[in-house]
Amino acid sequence: MSELTFFIDNKECKAKKGQTITEAARDNGVYIPTLCDYPGIRPAGTCRICTVKVNGRNMAGCTTPVEEGMIVENKTAELEDMRKAIIEMLFVEGNHMCPTCEKSGNCDLQALGYRYTMMVPRFPYLWPSREIDASMPKIVIDKNRCIQCLRCVRGITTADGKHIFGTLHRGDKTRISADPELVAAMTDEQAQKAMDICPVGAILKREVGFKVPMGKRKYDSAPIGSDIEK
Amino acid sequence: MGNIAEVVSKAVESYQKDPTRLLDVIRDVQDALGQVSDEAIVQIGHLMNLSKVDVEGVVTFYHFFSKSPVGKYTVYLNNSAVAVMMGRGAIAKAFEKEVGCSFGSLSEDGKIGLYDTSCIGMNDQEPAAIINGVVFTNLTEKRVKELVTGMKAGRNVSDMVKDLGDGNNQSELVKSMVKNNIRQRGSVLFAPYESGSALRKAVAGTPEDVINEIKNAELRGRGGAGFPTGMKWDFCRRAQGERHYVVCNADEGEPGTFKDRVILTEIPEMLFEGMAVAGYAVGAAEGILYLRAEYMYLKKFLEKVLDDLRKKNILGKNAGGKTGFDFDVKIQMGAGAYICGEESALIQSAEGKRGEPRNRPPFPVQRGYGGYPTTVNNVETLCAVSRIMVEGGKWFASMGTVQSRGMKLLSVSGDCDKPGIYEVEWGITLEQLLKTVGGSGAQAVVIGGPSGTIVGKEAFGKKVCYQELGTGGSVIVISKKRNLLEIVHNFMEFFIEESCGWCVPCRAGNVIITNKLEKIMAGNGTKTDLAELESWCKIVKGMSRCGLGQTSPNPIATTIANFRSLYEEKLKKVEYETGFDLLKSVQESCKVANRKPKIEGH
Ligand SMILES: Cc1cc2nc3c(=O)[nH]c(=O)nc-3n(C[C@H](O)[C@H](O)[C@H](O)COP(=O)(O)O)c2cc1C
Ligand code: SF4
Repeated sequence: MSELTFFIDNKECKAKKGQTITEAARDNGVYIPTLCDYPGIRPAGTCRICTVKVNGRNMAGCTTPVEEGMIVENKTAELEDMRKAIIEMLFVEGNHMCPTCEKSGNCDLQALGYRYTMMVPRFPYLWPSREIDASMPKIVIDKNRCIQCLRCVRGITTADGKHIFGTLHRGDKTRISADPELVAAMTDEQAQKAMDICPVGAILKREVGFKVPMGKRKYDSAPIGSDIEK
Repeated sequence: MGNIAEVVSKAVESYQKDPTRLLDVIRDVQDALGQVSDEAIVQIGHLMNLSKVDVEGVVTFYHFFSKSPVGKYTVYLNNSAVAVMMGRGAIAKAFEKEVGCSFGSLSEDGKIGLYDTSCIGMNDQEPAAIINGVVFTNLTEKRVKELVTGMKAGRNVSDMVKDLGDGNNQSELVKSMVKNNIRQRGSVLFAPYESGSALRKAVAGTPEDVINEIKNAELRGRGGAGFPTGMKWDFCRRAQGERHYVVCNADEGEPGTFKDRVILTEIPEMLFEGMAVAGYAVGAAEGILYLRAEYMYLKKFLEKVLDDLRKKNILGKNAGGKTGFDFDVKIQMGAGAYICGEESALIQSAEGKRGEPRNRPPFPVQRGYGGYPTTVNNVETLCAVSRIMVEGGKWFASMGTVQSRGMKLLSVSGDCDKPGIYEVEWGITLEQLLKTVGGSGAQAVVIGGPSGTIVGKEAFGKKVCYQELGTGGSVIVISKKRNLLEIVHNFMEFFIEESCGWCVPCRAGNVIITNKLEKIMAGNGTKTDLAELESWCKIVKGMSRCGLGQTSPNPIATTIANFRSLYEEKLKKVEYETGFDLLKSVQESCKVANRKPKIEGH
């Protein structure tokens, strides 16, 4: 397989042809924050947190393939502040009450909030009125917590490739919704997968909860990204 | 409800269950039933083998589709800034009074629905509305009264059009009151043109010759971004693919542009021929005209033009008499979404999906419509192509400025004596332009629409061209009597409404910066707020995924830069002022408790 050489903040890195900037960075021990991206699902570039500067232009690292000799800026003060702003936007755009959330400690958004030392968002809260859909047999969707990363839309399909989750409306009214028939036919494994790929606590599996106590969860012991940075 | 099943199955069958025609299916259902209900959505999904949520996703994405009923008569009244300047407020009130319901709702008997809509491309004849697809311009309160009386009496909407506009607006297939208002003709677009002459020249040479001629002309895209057309075609031609496509972008959604509408009305032959030339150059057999829903009234007429061109063998098999070159054009209607003017969103929409832009790379020239290499070009660009074929690239490049060759169509509206279409050489100064259109003494000019720049007097000496004041065609003149910040606010509401919602900075950021703008406009802002607003605009611009979010803060950012005092005058002289509105926050609980808030100072 052909190898490419490129640079992240002056560090020489190697990439396989076809790899995206975030994938290649990970393999080279460089952490570029991601949120909507998920291994094995086609990248969508919805959150923009992985924005890096390539040849002076802002690009999403998760959707941009590495090219030979590419010069990537990652940890600049400007980019880090804009990334933090994105996290803050997500916190004010929805209604996130971490202490009562089943995903607390396993939540990527919360973990990024810690990593970027967000004390309080710079933006005023928007306090939107959003619904909780508990009409489905296997899962509950709490739209207050949804960050519209589209992981569920992209990652959960029926055997014949139909979307079980989809996007409704547009702009700030955009919401995730489930197909009533297809969601009802979901298997337990699919329901679990939907909950697992949801980076926040928007999709929860019914009838189980708080199995792992708070304090013992994924990000309680090690901050997000620490598995990549050695 | 057998009716729904019948309508749906008829609609689905007439497009052979083709998922790329989903928008057409939905439109047929919408037109027949006045809504696309949940039941209809489920049935469309079943018949087309799509999940319900995907169908619903499309229905709820587009402005002209609705899950709830919108009436036998549906009034879409433009709420763009220029419409407001031209008296839209009084017209809206008149409609509300006569119909008896407010905008955004349906009359009690369910007969008439009143809705806002983004710029409909009639800025030179506002206030204007679209009722059941028929355009009504220059509305007055008296006229509104007549229209509502007519609707209440059950009259046919097209019968209510009184005086027809000029040119082809009078044609049997258009019969519209829309006016062209061509105020100045130049040598590229509105000069005499012999149909067939461009393609004849093109097919006499090789596709590479055609591309070289366009490169020699240094033609840049007229849709706004200004990308070199010859280079785009070259990329597209070289891209590997079983098939190639030519797409003409006739979405014309930027508030204040209406030049493509006039081209489509008056010189569509020149446009379609330009598409054929493009097809020859990139190796495409199919062209798609993506036409915004607002211009539905031109569709039958354009279909007829296409038919005539087929008869003349400018389209069809061996097009232009060139053996082995087959090229034809079909029309795909939009359904009300500004973002569908963005080329990759347009392609998504033309494929029957939500109009969400794609991630790039791959670019449309590599993987576009149906995954095949596609060149997307603006209406005006393709007309210029026809002229270049006839007159030569050198001739074209002799006009304009170094980086902006040839002539440009400007759509001028707002506070000027002669709003309309002007074909000018690139490089005209704003001052000269203002004099020509009767807009001298303006406070500001919006050049390039809301996504462009708002400039004041200091910049009137600058040239209209890519290096100084670039524009896709929209020029809005704003006189001293206007409140500029209100216009800025109108533009921001437009972007909030039209964001596709895919990425965070645009979806949430535009709301956040507009709230901040409102805080300042209400007199509750401080120096800190203004500084924050400025820096937040940079975040939205810098982090957004496509051109919409990358330019949407421009109304604020460019007025802070060019009209700073307008903001500063509004600021409180304290360091910090809360954005918290006590009265507003207790409103809901007071309503529940059925009591009036008792707050000091209110
Ligand atoms: C939000 C947005 C809206 C756009 N709307 C239009 C439009 O209505 N018409 C158009 O020709 N180009 C529009 N564009 C530009 C297109 O993406 C594309 O650049 C253009 O159609 C290419 O044609 P050209 O090179 O001939 O200009 C828009 C771009 C963005 C980001
Ligand atoms: S910038 Fe706005 S319009 Fe463009 S992809 Fe993001 S949300 Fe959609």
